[in-house]
Amino acid sequence: MKALTSSLLLAATLGLAACGGGFGADGGYGDTPGASTGAGAGGVYDPASPQYFNQTIGDRVHFAVDESTLTQEARTTLDGQANWLMQNAEFTAIIEGHADEQGTREYNLALGARRASAVRDYLVSRGVADSRLRTVSYGKERPIEICSTEACYSKNRRAVTVLSSGASS
Amino acid sequence: MTPLRRLSLALAALVALSAPLATLAQERDGPLRIEITEGVIEPLPFAVPDFVPETPAARDYAAEIARVVAADLAGTGLFREIPASAHIARVTNFASPVQYSDWRPINAQALITGAVGLTNGQLTVKFRLFDVFAQAPLGDGLQFGGPEASWRRMAHKVADAVYSRITGEKAYFDSRVVFVSETGPKNDRLKRLAIMDYDGANVQFLTGDNSIVIAPRFSPDGRRVLYTSYQSGFPRIYVLDIGNMSQRALDEQPGIMTFAPRFSPDGRTVIFSLSRGSNTDIYALDINTGERRQLTNSAAIDTAPSFSPDGRFIVFESDRSGSQQLYIMSAGGGEARRISFGQGRYGTPVWSPRGDLVAFTKINQGRFHIGVMRTDGSEERLLTSSFLDEGPTWSPNGRVIMFARQSAGADGAPSLWSVDISGRNLKRVPTPQAASDPSWSPLLQ
Repeated sequence: MKALTSSLLLAATLGLAACGGGFGADGGYGDTPGASTGAGAGGVYDPASPQYFNQTIGDRVHFAVDESTLTQEARTTLDGQANWLMQNAEFTAIIEGHADEQGTREYNLALGARRASAVRDYLVSRGVADSRLRTVSYGKERPIEICSTEACYSKNRRAVTVLSSGASS
Repeated sequence: MTPLRRLSLALAALVALSAPLATLAQERDGPLRIEITEGVIEPLPFAVPDFVPETPAARDYAAEIARVVAADLAGTGLFREIPASAHIARVTNFASPVQYSDWRPINAQALITGAVGLTNGQLTVKFRLFDVFAQAPLGDGLQFGGPEASWRRMAHKVADAVYSRITGEKAYFDSRVVFVSETGPKNDRLKRLAIMDYDGANVQFLTGDNSIVIAPRFSPDGRRVLYTSYQSGFPRIYVLDIGNMSQRALDEQPGIMTFAPRFSPDGRTVIFSLSRGSNTDIYALDINTGERRQLTNSAAIDTAPSFSPDGRFIVFESDRSGSQQLYIMSAGGGEARRISFGQGRYGTPVWSPRGDLVAFTKINQGRFHIGVMRTDGSEERLLTSSFLDEGPTWSPNGRVIMFARQSAGADGAPSLWSVDISGRNLKRVPTPQAASDPSWSPLLQ
């Protein structure tokens, strides 16, 4: 089993090199889950693949309006993320915090930082080494949904764990 | 009452005004009265016939400069132009005495005449301002010179002088605005810094559109711009010299996000927000020595700091009470006093250049407003209301506020607007593309 995992990981890593090192689906904003759905030796059914992390576990959690508290659903997702990161030690992650458009720009940047930090703190509490995790806030600069109703806002208030390969600095 | 006395009284009354910009006095027989926020506004009628070309090459500029002067004055909402089609006389010689009888019948209370020369690429603009009803000049004639390309600046300087003489206030036309120009769909917006004249002319881009840029802010001398950029992949503050376009990161620490910068009035210090973990505090950085000092120390989000014009205080927003509110502290940090107590959330405070007011964004019951309040929090006044108004910036004379307004929905995009601190004269500032985060320069030197 261990050997199998290793070979799958190798394949995943090679695939990664070909697409430039980011698993966050689209150049680092973590916007589109599964842009590389099931491609190659990895894929959503391979528990060691980034695709599995992004889609099967879920690379993102959502927040209530003006909140950075993790919901029970978010904690469940993050438990899965923590387990995956513990088992796939060669990956690091950048956690991106985002806000919806119903706030002022500066405040939303700080709010995004709070959300990213809440995810980071939780993953660390579940055993992931602090040095493997970085955070960044995009405030309201990068919505994934563009309507101006709660249906979109609820998806934009998010923290996305974007995997990258290689050792952390 | 003689005509001269009437206009003089109007001037005196305007000089005496405090924060709420009153209407120009209406022409009437009774004593002049200042109407502050209600009643019919009667803008002061003026005429500005085409300036007289003193060389053949100056002909186009002579007409265009008069148009810019007229647009500046009429654009304030305090003046109304009597169009050329209503004029019954022409001014063909700048030096000849003005025939007041040509202008009084069309009810032009103020008359602006001018002349333009163009020699070897150098423009010379002269002008005079007349009180038609008093049949007398208002102030001396003035002359401005400069390169041909700066013809609009010279027009703005004429309009500034006219505005100042009639209102007794400092003006704001010869100024610029730095802002964020936006293109592309809402979920893949491209942003770049741009600069333009206050009226939307002469747009130039200061950065490319390959990384997110946020909230540019002018230095007190108008020569540098602070802004936040993701060019390193991480939000950090940069300072850009507009003269030579050189740019440097201000306070680079790995993994530490900095944003919301603003200069001190002496240009030596930058105050900004720094996020460490979940906490955002306000810091001050000496721009020459790089020495950094922490000004707030709460577990809350402390951001959007802005200096008082005397440099002694800082107004900022904090959610330390549980929601976004406005606070004032000493420039050295320490105890902060909350000044906003109304319904809703308050953010992005900006201290007026006159020192008397703080402009802010207010979010209440799903609506956004631009408002002003006194620095003790009293006399809150909301000037606008929309789906999303934010980020006020003051005109150099503290009479007008520019801000960004974003429309709702999938096609929603921001645009720049301005409004008087009286709440009047709300209008869009033209930009070639969607635009946000305006910052108004001081009057140019």
